[in-house]
Amino acid sequence: MDFDAIRDSLPSYLHGAGITLLLTLAALAIGLLCALPLAVLRGWPSRWVAGPVWAFTYVIRGTPLLVQLFLIYYGLAQFDVVKQSVLWPWLSSAWFCAIAAFAINTCAYTIEILHGAMRAVPAGEIEAARAMGMPRGVMLRRVILAAAFRRMLPAYGNEAILMLQATSLASTVTLMDITGAARNMNSTYYLPFEAFLTAAALYLVLTTALVGLFHAAERRWLMPWQARTR
Amino acid sequence: MLHGYGASLLAGAMLTLSVALGSLLIASLLGVAGASAKLSRNRFLRVAAQAYTTVIRGVPDLIMMFLIYYGGQIALNKLADRYGWDGLVIDPFVAGTLTIGFIFGAYMTEIFRGAFLAVPSGQHEAALAYGMSRRQAFRRVVGPQMLRHALAPLSNTWLVMVKSTAIVSLIGLSDLMQRASSAGTTTQQPFLFYCAAGAMYLVFTSVSELLFAWLGRRYAAGVRQVRP
Repeated sequence: MDFDAIRDSLPSYLHGAGITLLLTLAALAIGLLCALPLAVLRGWPSRWVAGPVWAFTYVIRGTPLLVQLFLIYYGLAQFDVVKQSVLWPWLSSAWFCAIAAFAINTCAYTIEILHGAMRAVPAGEIEAARAMGMPRGVMLRRVILAAAFRRMLPAYGNEAILMLQATSLASTVTLMDITGAARNMNSTYYLPFEAFLTAAALYLVLTTALVGLFHAAERRWLMPWQARTR
Repeated sequence: MLHGYGASLLAGAMLTLSVALGSLLIASLLGVAGASAKLSRNRFLRVAAQAYTTVIRGVPDLIMMFLIYYGGQIALNKLADRYGWDGLVIDPFVAGTLTIGFIFGAYMTEIFRGAFLAVPSGQHEAALAYGMSRRQAFRRVVGPQMLRHALAPLSNTWLVMVKSTAIVSLIGLSDLMQRASSAGTTTQQPFLFYCAAGAMYLVFTSVSELLFAWLGRRYAAGVRQVRP
């Protein structure tokens, strides 16, 4: 183990950790925000509304994230229309493409998680809300989503952790996240063990922190609620 | 439609499939070993298996693959120097398949452990009481029931695995992803070829899902089901 080389590269790793975190948080936030209305539509009684959302999640969940990322970053440049549009400065930036690809990907998974959690709300609760004369929007907010958000916590925690690890693909589109820093160190010093073990340790720390965060959230919101409803 | 690259993409798809199947084999073996270790009475084995599953789930596939591919090459070079062999090169197919098998072995460990715990212990005891040996009891009674419980998560893990094989293109394997990249560069139509690659992955996942649904029906034979 060449600890001097690790020490020299440490600043770039820490900078990379910041980028990894930023990518993860941005993707998760945008994904969750978009998933919220789409999950409601996913469970819509009409097939013409629910069908397209189902198709979206089916295609995204059935293809690798790497394909989606390359499709956006390298693929869109094929079209001159895109290159001449006002959006091109955005679409040619690795940052924008990576966040877009990750957000779309996590959005699809979150839709399914949220949809499942909404379906798990007992029929009695919905009937009770109706019997009280609640309008549909209020019922959605107070009864269905309130319960679904709690119930989805364990599955969503898993998704968040998978997203954190998936951001390592950002290094393939030139972003210098933790994996990017490790690949850089490997090509500079040719020390693969040192380079990638340091990255692995950093990811482990971040994952552990995220797991702890979600456990705390479950203790705060899910467990007391389960004790009450059982 | 694909400017004559259709055959190349198909060849890539076959390679993707063989990486996925090879990884499945490795992951299943590791999963059985890991689950046995987690369920064993030996404390050391339990701790080792726990460490394996925890570490794997905390480290991205990509880092793992680079570690095994580049690190493995260094280790091999050192060995070669010591024993005077020469020209040992780590094969990207072996490195990729080993990495993905090693990663998903951790998920398989949890699946097999959960499936074993889901079979009521009375089943095993009843089989022994009939005079079956332990091996017979596992093969005839516990095993088939485990498979039924394991099928749903197994199907899920297989789908994730097929998709994660796309990263082997980054260590130079000519899989579906890599062929789509190079065809896209040559023809200057990357969008078309990444879409084609995506469609092929979608075919893989859709066919797998149908297959697992059929298996699920077979293994659920005789289980009472109530529809709400």
